Amino acid sequence: MDFTLSKEHEMARALFKEFAEKEVKPLAQEVDETEVFPRETVEKMAKLGFLGIPVPKEYGGQGCDPLTYAMCVEELSKVCGTTGVIVSAHTSLCCDPIMTYGTEEQKQKYLVPLAKGEKLGAFGLTEPGAGTDAQGQQTKAVLDGEEWVLNGSKCFITNGKEADVYVIFAITGTVEKRGRLQKEISAFIVEKGTPGFTFGTKEKKMGIRGSSTYELIFTDCRIPKENLLGQQGKGFNIAMHTLDGGRIGIASQALGLAEGALDNTVAYVKERKQFGRAIGAFQNTQFQLADMATKVEAAQLLVYKAAMAKATQKVYSVEAAKAKLYAAEVAMEVTTKAVQLHGGYGYIREYDVERMMRDAKITEIYEGTSEVQRMVISGALLK
Amino acid sequence: MKIVVCVKQVPDTAGGVKFNPDGTLDRGAMLTIMNPDDKAGLEAALRLKDQYGAEVTVVTMGLPKAEEVLREAMAMGADKGVLVTDRVLGGADTWATSTTLAGAIRNLEYDLIITGRQAIDGDTAQVGPQISEHLDIPVISYAQDIKIEGDSVVVERQYEDRYHVVKAKMPCLITALSELNEPRYMTPGGIFDAYKQEITVWGRADLKDVDDANLGLKGSPTKIAKASDKVRKGAGEKVSLDPDESVSYIVDKLKVKHVI
Repeated sequence: MDFTLSKEHEMARALFKEFAEKEVKPLAQEVDETEVFPRETVEKMAKLGFLGIPVPKEYGGQGCDPLTYAMCVEELSKVCGTTGVIVSAHTSLCCDPIMTYGTEEQKQKYLVPLAKGEKLGAFGLTEPGAGTDAQGQQTKAVLDGEEWVLNGSKCFITNGKEADVYVIFAITGTVEKRGRLQKEISAFIVEKGTPGFTFGTKEKKMGIRGSSTYELIFTDCRIPKENLLGQQGKGFNIAMHTLDGGRIGIASQALGLAEGALDNTVAYVKERKQFGRAIGAFQNTQFQLADMATKVEAAQLLVYKAAMAKATQKVYSVEAAKAKLYAAEVAMEVTTKAVQLHGGYGYIREYDVERMMRDAKITEIYEGTSEVQRMVISGALLK
Repeated sequence: MKIVVCVKQVPDTAGGVKFNPDGTLDRGAMLTIMNPDDKAGLEAALRLKDQYGAEVTVVTMGLPKAEEVLREAMAMGADKGVLVTDRVLGGADTWATSTTLAGAIRNLEYDLIITGRQAIDGDTAQVGPQISEHLDIPVISYAQDIKIEGDSVVVERQYEDRYHVVKAKMPCLITALSELNEPRYMTPGGIFDAYKQEITVWGRADLKDVDDANLGLKGSPTKIAKASDKVRKGAGEKVSLDPDESVSYIVDKLKVKHVI
């Protein structure tokens, strides 16, 4: 068992780190403060191929493995949680399902521009009444001649108003399962600008405030029949499989936030003096840092293991769930401790750890709450 | 067009500097980066490639570890990499280095050779012009802009308060300033591709028309008497006074130290 990264991965990390430090970090505070989507950063990332890292080259991507992608989200999130989730939602939740379930025509039409970063992607599963209970969907799609007609709404959609291509889930009928009628869910590709597709309110959030989180509204929105993604009725499986990959992206974001907070804190405790000594000289500080660093590394190992599992295994739900559960909880714990070690300054917006703590909270909630991850993990144990 | 770019792996000044007992740098023990002027030279070559079409070959001399800097150059878009490495080449000063690099470049086809103005570890600015002397081709140093006109290059050569426009027939050598451009980033896919490519590795035996007497530490006329890392200064003394008081304060201090 070898825990060293390959030279390629080391160099890729150095690239992501350099980009994050030079291009992303200087804007992080402003993006948070103004809640403005960092469009210029996204364009820079597009040029460098950061929006298609795990997509094969023949579809306009970089042809790298999931680990390289995870490291990209990690390094971006070290300095800006908003930028990390923009890449994660685009890649894991929009590129990935089209890559996995799309027809050749759909891949050429949608995946290629998405992977090249010419278009941005989003994913619409959650509804006001259907969060963890994804089966509680209300949005409907009815086939009318050569078109599907969508009606309903989706909420809390990342990259909401900024995206161009959306993977949307809707009920297409009912099926009988073990004697009970169940909703049949299907997946669709919807383009921005389709008549009947509009945006509702922009959410005002605690953290990741530069990411564009919107309600999507479909009112007699007609999309071509060929925009059905995968087989009709397989939408729930597509959503769950997509979220397995998404969880690796969010776990990477959480990991990056924890690492960023730890790095900031190590630097701070060396400088900050109280009672005539740097606070890093006090054993309480040292022990806190030791715990933080140990948990961060454990989280990193789980996240990298899940990314490697995605590369080599057909099913990696449990690995992804463990990585997301642990990395998110570590992110919350480490960022909270980072604020505490910064004392009063940690509560001030001028210091990055204040933002990191607010950004970290969402990683325990979206793309499956920590409770959902525990259901997935224990479900596999008790099967 | 064929362009050869010479790059050097140099210590990352952020990571600290370590020395061998003979005063030369312990390159194996330090964090490293591509020398900034060389990176600008590489970027200039890649822009010429984008604009006019060219094959860009990067050449470096160093420890086997210097392969990393070639992979980085290839991940940015260079086509080929040549690593010149051999124990007998170690400890080279600028004379031995330029002799070695010229001996390697004689094996390659080139219209243009681009080097950085100088490396941040030695700061001599000698290797580029020396290579041109060895190869008997013109050199234009301190390039801040490069254009191709037919079989010639037109270069803006930086001066303190102005620049000269210099035209030279190819083949010629240009030394680049880091101010020349903003080097591009690598791409993730480019990195993985770069590691799949072969790198040409040459030793002493592969160098063309060079004399052993001009190679390595033995062939280096420069002898290092003493070398040391930057000595950290103390925190000093900070005072907050108005300008008049400050002047008297400083003058008094200088008198105490017998400076004035």
